[in-house]
Amino acid sequence: MSENTLKSTQSLELVCPAGTPAAMKAAVEAGAHSVYCGFRNETNARNFPGLNFSERELNQGVKLARSKGTKVLVAVNTFARAGDVSLWTKAVDAVAASGAHAIIAADIAVLDYAATHHPDLRLHLSVQAAAATPEAINFYEETFNVQRVVLPRVMSVEEIERLNKEINVETEVFVFGGLCVMTEGRCALSSYATGKSPNLTGVCSPPGDVSYDDEGGNLHARLGGFTIDRFENGEAAGYPTLCKGRFNAQGSTSYLFEDPVSLNAAALLPRLKKAGVTALKIEGRQRGKAYISQVVKAFRAAVDALDEGRDAQQEVSAMLAAMTEGGRETTGAYKKIWR
Amino acid sequence: MNALELSLGPVFFNWPNEKLVEFYARMADESDFDRIYVGEVICGKRLPFSDKVWPEIIERLLGAGKEVVLSTMALPVTTRDRKSIAGLCEMDLKVEVNDINGLARRSGQPFVAGPFMNVYNEGAALALQKRGMETLCPPVELPLSSIEIIAKALPELTIELFAFGRLPLAVSGRCYHARAHKLHKDSCQFVCDQDPDGMDVTTLDNQQFLSANGIQTLSHSVQAVTLSPDELRAKGIGRLRLSPHSVDMIAVNKIYRDLVNGKIDGEEAQARLSELPLPGKLANGYLGGKPGHVWAAE
Repeated sequence: MSENTLKSTQSLELVCPAGTPAAMKAAVEAGAHSVYCGFRNETNARNFPGLNFSERELNQGVKLARSKGTKVLVAVNTFARAGDVSLWTKAVDAVAASGAHAIIAADIAVLDYAATHHPDLRLHLSVQAAAATPEAINFYEETFNVQRVVLPRVMSVEEIERLNKEINVETEVFVFGGLCVMTEGRCALSSYATGKSPNLTGVCSPPGDVSYDDEGGNLHARLGGFTIDRFENGEAAGYPTLCKGRFNAQGSTSYLFEDPVSLNAAALLPRLKKAGVTALKIEGRQRGKAYISQVVKAFRAAVDALDEGRDAQQEVSAMLAAMTEGGRETTGAYKKIWR
Repeated sequence: MNALELSLGPVFFNWPNEKLVEFYARMADESDFDRIYVGEVICGKRLPFSDKVWPEIIERLLGAGKEVVLSTMALPVTTRDRKSIAGLCEMDLKVEVNDINGLARRSGQPFVAGPFMNVYNEGAALALQKRGMETLCPPVELPLSSIEIIAKALPELTIELFAFGRLPLAVSGRCYHARAHKLHKDSCQFVCDQDPDGMDVTTLDNQQFLSANGIQTLSHSVQAVTLSPDELRAKGIGRLRLSPHSVDMIAVNKIYRDLVNGKIDGEEAQARLSELPLPGKLANGYLGGKPGHVWAAE
């Protein structure tokens, strides 16, 4: 049996967000196979106030998750600041000490440190590393013993299937939640407007740089002084995430980069499984426990149904419909037409 | 003390072959760049066209005594993209790597890490130096304070600062030129060739903001590093990279040569650049860790 056939006969692993200890508990109880979280500092790419874990909380979280048979993956996935690399290497040490299942990293400095100092700690390559080709992925495997790669959201299902035939490591793909339209880890749009970005400070379109200005009955949602979108009186005003705004180009106004949609690839799970994907990732470490619980339950039902050869499509979309609140959805780059 | 060098970065835009040939012929004859980067780095769909003229361009530049470096793609995905990188890496010329894919192909031979590579600290730089990195052009958002730390930690490494041109800010799987023209990437009709410096993207208040170039998003403003040669050397900078635009690049070349030779100061360089028909206002905010679009007086 080839590596790829083997991959596609195994059950899909559901990897769920845990922005807080409460969310981790909710995800574990809702049936997550794995949960991912990060420390309360710049070392993870969701460095928002009120989120994330202290070392103590991580240790407790690992204990709780283990007792339920759930794996904990810890993201130390920002790029270390020059001169302060020790903040990141200490985070790696803390992950190793916690007994977590794996660390998720992108920075070559962090990968190098983890591989050298904690060779037994399982390494996952973060989406922030944007590794999309067999050559790049094999390089990370050979150099740092990376065992899983979280694929950048630029690939179609067909491309993922071809890729899985040319690599030895596992692949993990995003299936639900927020959607970066730019290649993650390769985007400085936020710092261009605000001075702060995912790679520099672990934030994108940060709240401190947002203003809502009422001008002539219109609400202008601005980021770093640039109008990202405009809402009429009474219209629900969205958050000015830079790449989800409306701009002028070629003489017309449009959501040039991406409509304000979120990713939902629930309908593509059979295709993703056939493509040899090992794990499905749900975005949303900024989400509360009620949301986490509902989304995890829906995807767990979908994964179980797939294992049993049942069609749970309608049941799962009904469960998820409540969570997207009528918001618009996309299957993103998985279907080539998105491009 | 070593003189600061100047390089000409790769062309990001979809220029027709005649324009590429003519542009590089002029660079061969009239420029005094110490190093010239060539090759398609943005879109694999453009490769079958420009691939026909690169050999002739490279020969012309080498004949004029220029050091030529082959730039590789920033976001390779397709088999064609990967074959292109593999082919370039097998040639007997230095290569600029813009994705780990290219690094894997270099197997220890000297290479340049381009601005699309995520090298944000001395640890990552050291790991790449051990694998052959001889020049680093840091990501454009990295402040000089961080660049200085990398330079001090790795004295053998040449730091090449992105000093002139629209800032390369992001790449995507999606083509924004196609999207703006209500087309899809697979049937894009190569509409990006209509905008030789990128397609203007303005805000709803008509404020100049970004520019799109196929799958790439650049700043609307034009980065202009106008620090004195002493300040640049003190930060560990060994070379300045000028990024090609439609503006007279020989004129830009001369301004920067005068700046690095100490013939003119930063203020005069800024004034002379401002006289040129640039595609956007000058900016340098990233150097001091500020928003990239601002002009911060040094």
